[in-house]
Amino acid sequence: MDIELIITNFLIVFNGIDETIILVLLSLSLGFFISIFFALARISSIKLLSESIYYYIFVIRGTPLLVQIYLIYFGLGSLKPIRESFLWIVLKEPFWCGVIALVLNTVAYTTEIIRGGIQSVSKGQIESCKSLGMTRFTMYYKIILPVAFRQAFPAYGNEMILMVKATSLVSLTTYMEITGLARNIMSKTFAPVEAFIAAGSIYLFLNFLIVQFIKFLEWKYNPHLRLK
Amino acid sequence: MIKFDLLILGDSGWGDELLFATVITILVSLSAMGLGIFIAIFTTWAKISGGIILKLISNFYTTVIRGIPELLVIYLIFFGGSAGIMYVAKIFGYNGYIELHAFTMGTISIGIISACYSSEVFRGAYNIIDKGQAEAAKSLGLSKIKIFIKVLAPQILRHALPGLGNVWQITLKDTALISVTGLVEIMRQTKVAANTTHSPFTFYLAAAILYLILTTFSSKIFNKLEDSSNKGIITT
Repeated sequence: MDIELIITNFLIVFNGIDETIILVLLSLSLGFFISIFFALARISSIKLLSESIYYYIFVIRGTPLLVQIYLIYFGLGSLKPIRESFLWIVLKEPFWCGVIALVLNTVAYTTEIIRGGIQSVSKGQIESCKSLGMTRFTMYYKIILPVAFRQAFPAYGNEMILMVKATSLVSLTTYMEITGLARNIMSKTFAPVEAFIAAGSIYLFLNFLIVQFIKFLEWKYNPHLRLK
Repeated sequence: MIKFDLLILGDSGWGDELLFATVITILVSLSAMGLGIFIAIFTTWAKISGGIILKLISNFYTTVIRGIPELLVIYLIFFGGSAGIMYVAKIFGYNGYIELHAFTMGTISIGIISACYSSEVFRGAYNIIDKGQAEAAKSLGLSKIKIFIKVLAPQILRHALPGLGNVWQITLKDTALISVTGLVEIMRQTKVAANTTHSPFTFYLAAAILYLILTTFSSKIFNKLEDSSNKGIITT
């Protein structure tokens, strides 16, 4: 192992950290926002709505993310009607294709996480909301969703880590982030271990930050569980 | 939009190639899952009853691999696998050139990833089992190996089955990534077909459907296995 090579590799690979972080932040925040509505639709009593969300989740979870990325980037890009429409402005960029695929993916998983959170809210809380005369919107906005999010933090932390890892696949559509840069180094220097350590340590650091962030959120929003 | 005539069996279509690639995907997933379980048994054992060094090594291994993208691990094996094997062989006095087959590289890299998840599943399953069981077996005079094989392992397996089902789904989907090493499984075959026929939408959609069939079918099998392993046990 060559320490000097690891450091030079690290400096090269570090240039890709912006690309990775932008992908993660954009797709996580968009995905979380959409997932709230999807989760509400999933538990709604309108059968068509809840069933279509169910099948959407079923399809996304049953196929590899790589297939979804290829289908959007290469597949949709090859269709003539799309090439001629306004969608082409977005779909010709590997970055936006990556964002779309990652959002589609994370929405499927996050919807189930939030749904689990909502369904874990105890009946007594809902009943007391109703007895206080809250409207449906206030009940969800003030009571159910905050409690549901608190329940969902640990599972959502895992999803965030999975998303950081998932961004590496976007490198296969010529978008140069950490993994893409590491692959370039590996094929040029034929010293894969050094490039692996350089790129891997950045991912580990990012995931470490996420774990700490989730721990902080759990601490902040569970004041009743804190040791006095 | 979708060109069905490209998907028929025989010389004019890619149907038979895709079917063959599906078989390869299943084989890689099975062998990677098997290798993963094999490694996981050792790491779980090390985490539960190993010394401090063994515990550190296995915890380091599972934390690092689970925190790093799968693609990066695959690149490491792909670009460095042969060199690594030759380095080890040199220690044992073999100086020839060894080249790893794409199938072997795929199995090893996915197996290494799958092992981390499996070992967490096993550890969780072990923790569920009442400590009294091992103590009771010990007081009956069973040897350590007998306690493990006759008392603990069957129960660990039963508790681990739902988790292993999830690991299998992850492993199956991860095999799509080893297409970058050139192994002709579903993803690689569809990419080749898409590039030759200039109709990527048709073929990537076909790949998605093939994966969906595989995951749906295997989750049915795991449900059956869970049912049969819970026979005679009251579950809530």
